[in-house]
Amino acid sequence: MIYRETGQYKATYGADQQLFPIVQDRYFFFAFMAFLVIYPVFFGSDYLFQVVLYPVLGLGLCALGLNILTGYCGQISLGTGGFMAIGAYSFFKITTIFPDLNILIIFIFAGLISALFGILIGLPSLRIKGFYLAVTTLAAQFFVEWCINRSDWLSNYSPSHTIGAPPRELFGFLVMGPEAPGSAKYLVMLFIVAVMTLFARNLVRGRIGRSWMAIRDMDIAAELIGIRPLFTKLSAFAIGSFYIGVGGAMHVMFNLENVDPEAFEIFSTSFPILFMIMIGGLGSILGAYMGAAFIVLLPVLLRNAFPFLGIDIASHVIQHIEFMLFGGLIVFFLIVEPAGLARLWQILKEKLRQWPFPY
Amino acid sequence: MVTDHKQIGEALLQVNNVSLSFGAVQALSDVSFEVREHEILAIIGPNGAGKSSMLNVINGFYTANEGSIVYKGISRAKMEPADVARNGVSRTFQNIALFRGMTTLDNIMTGRNTKMHRNFIWQAIYIGPARNEELEHRRKAEEIIDFLEIQAIRKTPVGRLPYGLQKRVELGRALAAEPELLLLDEPMAGMNTEEKEDMCRFILDVNEEFGTTIALIEHDMGVVMDISDRVVVLDYGRKIADGSPDEVRGNQSVIDAYLGVSRE
Repeated sequence: MIYRETGQYKATYGADQQLFPIVQDRYFFFAFMAFLVIYPVFFGSDYLFQVVLYPVLGLGLCALGLNILTGYCGQISLGTGGFMAIGAYSFFKITTIFPDLNILIIFIFAGLISALFGILIGLPSLRIKGFYLAVTTLAAQFFVEWCINRSDWLSNYSPSHTIGAPPRELFGFLVMGPEAPGSAKYLVMLFIVAVMTLFARNLVRGRIGRSWMAIRDMDIAAELIGIRPLFTKLSAFAIGSFYIGVGGAMHVMFNLENVDPEAFEIFSTSFPILFMIMIGGLGSILGAYMGAAFIVLLPVLLRNAFPFLGIDIASHVIQHIEFMLFGGLIVFFLIVEPAGLARLWQILKEKLRQWPFPY
Repeated sequence: MVTDHKQIGEALLQVNNVSLSFGAVQALSDVSFEVREHEILAIIGPNGAGKSSMLNVINGFYTANEGSIVYKGISRAKMEPADVARNGVSRTFQNIALFRGMTTLDNIMTGRNTKMHRNFIWQAIYIGPARNEELEHRRKAEEIIDFLEIQAIRKTPVGRLPYGLQKRVELGRALAAEPELLLLDEPMAGMNTEEKEDMCRFILDVNEEFGTTIALIEHDMGVVMDISDRVVVLDYGRKIADGSPDEVRGNQSVIDAYLGVSRE
């Protein structure tokens, strides 16, 4: 009843093309953003930050990058972990070489290096499609892991090739490193994620986004109406890898803080992020974050559910139950709604528009 | 007759001695014809005659083994499909090739993609130049939506639309590029009489109002004879007739190709 668009007329194309054409959506969005800023800053505990917010933001941005590539442009990639590692190690190298450089600029450079590598990995996509392309992107994964393990220079000669988050300031506030307050790190992450998400939203609704989707839906027709496949696919690889690189750098520098190359293994990065966009919704920006929240929060909820219900089970049993439930829920979601959580959200909104008089 | 008030000009596109083979299969052998400015040319022929292959050669999707295509006075042996499209040739497909995940409006806007030039940094920022460009092209896209009378399905994903409307949206996407030469591959296949009449009306309107040159493949002889200015007939990859609908109708080899001929 409250969620009505009656009487909201659009008199110009500009008004029709805005991000939130429905007023209620706009208010809800701003309220939600305000909540995201205010609540954690005043009431956030370390547990909330480290278990929920950092991973959802960091991995969510990576999922968004993969969604640009896979969900919007239709190029399946299994090299996400490799691009995250490139972002993280680039950030580490640049910030140790230029300690005084503004970290926002370093994030951009880390993303750019990842984007360059993405273009390289994307080159076979002109000839190879689908699963075969996915296999070629594994090259990114394995090559980067190999590189990090072999090159001592990349980790500043640390014995186990570990990198850590150095203490860094942004506009006079300590925002990085073990001593930095949780809320400061959180706000920097939230700012980067919000700006990059807005940019991604603008890209996918504009010319480039339409080219990506055209290539995804019907590549031959796209070519015959003048879209250049090579440029379009490589731009998706570049921009997707940029997002994954920045996301990976943030995930390591703000959340994990100390990582060795094993952290970027295919089973701990590439696959979970692919699951995030499948569960969240391919070709949806909101879906990337919903999927990230789902994958990150589900184990947390399951872990807390049994003690909360007063059932006393040994922790290793809980862990096994967690895996089973997790697998089961993924199968359940993929069967019930293959288009993902974002589609469920959309259906809910369509239903809500008519509620309580659905005729 | 529609030809009364329309000026058919010089040849816009010439197909010169084009041959195309796939392995041992000879799809086209030594085909030559021309498409003149502002005319509606129908390419007909029995199944497997090489009609769609002909369009694909014109598009640059196939490269002819022999012969050349002269478009607007410029000859080419090989050209990328995207470049052909940018030079003002657009087409529709026999089996609908819309972008199913996108809305009608987005499909039509995609047809205008090659006319937009702001780079991705402007697009990411959106406010300012990219927005102005987007709105300007939206206005053009809306003109096509009005022209094809598909206002009501503007925001509907095309995958959900019925067949006849999808064909119409596909025509809209081709028109959005403001082509000089429009290639239609069986625009009326699988339609009922009413939808065919609508489609004919749109084709004639496009030809008259925008002056677009149209080359179409069609199996419905009634439609072909009614709307086309000239007809080219292919059979087994060879051109067997070329002329006005009346000439073609009376041509013995055309009748033989369609009805079969006894070899006694």
